[in-house]
Amino acid sequence: MSSASRPLIIVEGLAKTFVLHNAGGAVIPVFERLHMEVRPGECVVLSGESGVGKSTLMRSIYGNYAPSSGSVRVLHDGDYTDITQASPHAILDVRRRTLGYVSQFLRVIPRVPTLRLVMEPLLDNGVDPDEAEGRARDLLSALRLPERLWALPPATFSGGEQQRVNIARSFIRQYPVMLLDEPTASLDAENRAIVVELIRGALTSGTAMIGIFHDADVRDAVATRLFPVLEFKVAA
Amino acid sequence: MNAVANIQAEPLLRVQGLSKWYGHVLGCRDVSFEMRPGEVLGVVGESGSGKTTLLKCLSGRLVPSSGQVEFETRRHGLTDIYALSEPDRRRMQREDWGFVHQNPRDGLRMRVSGGANVAEPLMNMGQRHYGEMRRSTVEWLERVELDTSRIDDKPRNFSGGMQQRIQVARNLIHGPKLVFMDEPTGGLDVSVQARLLDLLRELVRDLGLAVIIVTHDMAVARLMADRLLVMRRGEVVETGLTDQVLDDPQHAYTQLLVSSVLQI
Repeated sequence: MSSASRPLIIVEGLAKTFVLHNAGGAVIPVFERLHMEVRPGECVVLSGESGVGKSTLMRSIYGNYAPSSGSVRVLHDGDYTDITQASPHAILDVRRRTLGYVSQFLRVIPRVPTLRLVMEPLLDNGVDPDEAEGRARDLLSALRLPERLWALPPATFSGGEQQRVNIARSFIRQYPVMLLDEPTASLDAENRAIVVELIRGALTSGTAMIGIFHDADVRDAVATRLFPVLEFKVAA
Repeated sequence: MNAVANIQAEPLLRVQGLSKWYGHVLGCRDVSFEMRPGEVLGVVGESGSGKTTLLKCLSGRLVPSSGQVEFETRRHGLTDIYALSEPDRRRMQREDWGFVHQNPRDGLRMRVSGGANVAEPLMNMGQRHYGEMRRSTVEWLERVELDTSRIDDKPRNFSGGMQQRIQVARNLIHGPKLVFMDEPTGGLDVSVQARLLDLLRELVRDLGLAVIIVTHDMAVARLMADRLLVMRRGEVVETGLTDQVLDDPQHAYTQLLVSSVLQI
């Protein structure tokens, strides 16, 4: 099998149940026996109503949530790393080089200017600071974030401005796998179109994506197939 | 230098079955973990959970009742630090480690100038060239964003936040491999805290330092640490990747700890 056709992500038998110990041990099952494979150039869009577990699935794939059972294997350095079993430093290495994530909200770090935030993923991968800055500037311009904001930390920015910083930070380098959780939620039509172009560009160059898109136009523009999470809902 | 530890690297620190009893009172029990170069480990838990006892045992300041703390020393390789002779252990602490106290008064010599405080670790390592030391000191004062014209002022004439930055410079100037931090932002105003945290975060990343940071502040833990040890009543109840522990805590105590943080 050529490496180009190997799945970049293989999810097998994944289950997630929350146990709330301080709420009388409440057990909240989300999904079980979930299977999914994503190949280069595919954009799998998680579908279903809110509360069905789309974000929980995405966070489980990223290693942000701990699944109850099953595996999430990510092709990293030519081998599969199981995110559910890997050590923290192995997960951080997968995130740094292979697995990108655009969340709905930007986690703002006090005092760090926007330009520096956007450069960071490149600096973490050993890219020369001047080159990193050049690429950050190009991307922020493309995303039409006013240049006067670049030297400021994004804490006081509007939702749409923060969202664009978040997108720039994730698209500044090409991750083989990207997870997109409502990346266009607070953007106007023009900015949405720019983000759709970024996503399509990454897909063309072989990135595998899993996305959640509330906006039907964006979803139709980028999805290669839909993945109804409801099919794996735990039977009541 | 990368922010993330080299995953193939040999452990820098290996802790096995570490326990400390104060008579019949438990300090910490059966703590085991490994750290690699460049890794930042957060130790969280409420006061009385054993964080500080653990930090003291790890940093060679308190002999454990049982268990081992092994460190990759320059001279002897991976060695039980409590098996070293007293002078050897002190030399290792001076050369390879830093320790940032919560209260700068515990980490600084208040009777000598800020500049002398920063330069002292170089002298302790045998540096004798005055001009060289002065140059290094000025460079470090700049790195921690202090006004270098105040190099000869005594620590008491600096604000709490500035004193803390002098302490940070003093603990990094000699190029340690591992730095212990005990609530480094604990006594500071929130705005001063943010500045210090950002500074620490950048230095840790640029220097590729391994850090063990004890904090009861979950926001500090999230910002600084790659992974966490959650302590309760002297025992580690949960450990893992920082964002996983904070966003999907598994243990009842961690769930309580995380849900008790006020959202702003």
